[in-house]
Amino acid sequence: MSMTTDTVGISRKSLAGARAQFQARKLTDHVATVFLSACAVLCVAVLLLILGYVVYRGAGYINWQFLTALPKPVGEAGGGVGNALVGSAVIVTIAVLMAVPLGVGAAIFLNEFPSGVLGRGIRFLADILTGVPSIVVGLVAYGLVVAPMRHFSAISGAVAYAFIMVPIVLITAQEALRLVPSTLREASLALGVPRWRTIMQVVIPVSSRALLTGIILAIARALGETAPMLFTAFGNPYWNFDLTKPMATLPLVIYRYATGPYNDWHEQAWAASFVLVVVVLLSSILTRSVLRNKFDA
Amino acid sequence: MIETRNKLPSRGGDANPPPTADKESPPSAAGDANVPSRDISVTIRGVHAYYGRFRAIKNVSLDVEARKVTALIGPSGCGKSTLLRCLNRMHEEVPGARMEGSIRLYGQDLYERNVDPVLVRRRIGMVFQKPNPFPTMSVFDNVAAGIKLNRFWFSRAELGDTVERALTHAALWDDVKDKLQQPGTALSGGQQQRLCIARALALEPEIILMDEPCSALDPIATLKIEDLMRNLIEDYTIVIVTHNMQQAARVSDMTAFLMMDEDRAGFLVEHGETKQIFTNPKEKRTEDYITGRFG
Repeated sequence: MSMTTDTVGISRKSLAGARAQFQARKLTDHVATVFLSACAVLCVAVLLLILGYVVYRGAGYINWQFLTALPKPVGEAGGGVGNALVGSAVIVTIAVLMAVPLGVGAAIFLNEFPSGVLGRGIRFLADILTGVPSIVVGLVAYGLVVAPMRHFSAISGAVAYAFIMVPIVLITAQEALRLVPSTLREASLALGVPRWRTIMQVVIPVSSRALLTGIILAIARALGETAPMLFTAFGNPYWNFDLTKPMATLPLVIYRYATGPYNDWHEQAWAASFVLVVVVLLSSILTRSVLRNKFDA
Repeated sequence: MIETRNKLPSRGGDANPPPTADKESPPSAAGDANVPSRDISVTIRGVHAYYGRFRAIKNVSLDVEARKVTALIGPSGCGKSTLLRCLNRMHEEVPGARMEGSIRLYGQDLYERNVDPVLVRRRIGMVFQKPNPFPTMSVFDNVAAGIKLNRFWFSRAELGDTVERALTHAALWDDVKDKLQQPGTALSGGQQQRLCIARALALEPEIILMDEPCSALDPIATLKIEDLMRNLIEDYTIVIVTHNMQQAARVSDMTAFLMMDEDRAGFLVEHGETKQIFTNPKEKRTEDYITGRFG
């Protein structure tokens, strides 16, 4: 800006011009702040909307009987999702037992041993696999497990969940292992500790919190997937602990009840949604508190 | 208490007559032969060290005398740490790294085909530049780590004695005897470094390698560790890499000066008694480095 400065300072005319520009800049600043804040608020609002609406519709139906009883026959009021809760828990547990050793083992291979092109290829594939639609995963599990067995089963559901979980566990485990400083590995190797013991007794314990976080995230992701369950576990109105038979799961219950014709079923679907959302929310909170403890050490 | 070393000769005298029996020791690279009754622990001959295709060390030969402090000095990047890591076979842990030449510990070739690097590292301990105690273990477990991580069972009493002895040798016992169950990272920097030294001492190695052990510490802690080194000499051989020439002059008995050539490969310029190197170096390049004309 043109300025005719005398020994005292800025001339009156250019000060007025400067003030106008300053005001314009302040206005732009305010507008931008409001706009970006609105974006942030909208994002949070979406989350709160989902949570709030589920709580509003579903919380009222929750009681001990709902959580532990079997579903009633079609048309009768009452009943619960006891078998679905247990079924989900059982299937996820088996999936974890299958997916975690595979994922963590692969991450150890990728990170602790020179793996070169193979390692990069595996990681690349894992990144892709996290994006495979879960309905496709369900169909694959159908073709590989259900068809040869000739009936739906909890095992096939666990296999489908494991397919979804393995890439997530692999990626988070690899990141967890990467965080372990190489100086610790060197310290252990310099003590004459063989590499396998260095991995098992130094690297894994140091990264255990981050590994656990990855596993919890994978569980939370798998728990909510409905599509694979349609073709694998299929659902079951009774108590069932036989792994080779169909088993009830929470997402399936929500699907069947929400699309059914009965109001009572709709209410139960909302309540089951509430339970599912609470479980996923709790696992996210658990993850964060596990991570936070790490900084205390 | 340490596992049987079925691939390396036991310390001291054994079936293989080590070169220490000779009164005439082999000449070092500097050519000061015929020094009587030198006890050589490590003989390094014609060592070339590579990272992939890049040669980091070119044709280094020197003798490390037992129960003395040998300092490796030289400008940055001249291969001092690489040479140190070749001594306990840590160099090969870097992907693509390899070594040619021979390194013998009391006559036993450390790089022979049937020699287990894990056993080599139990006889040649190492202390790193930045203290690295295991964060998930207590002070006690850190010192005992060399033993605990290598076996499936051990007696508490045996461990307790070892830990106390190692901490005493590392001049740390009085500081931590009430804090043995605290995490290893709860100590100050200088104490952590002495903890790492105690951890190495617990395995009763014959040689202790130190890679710039004091560069991350304050002067008081540095002095404590230098005093510790003078005390350890009675039982151990120490090889130390240091950037600090005053420290090398204070603490070492023998000094080896390495430099980089045009291909950025390190080579040995001069090796001899510290007093001689620092007051009357034979090579002009050594004199230039010592007097600060470069480096």
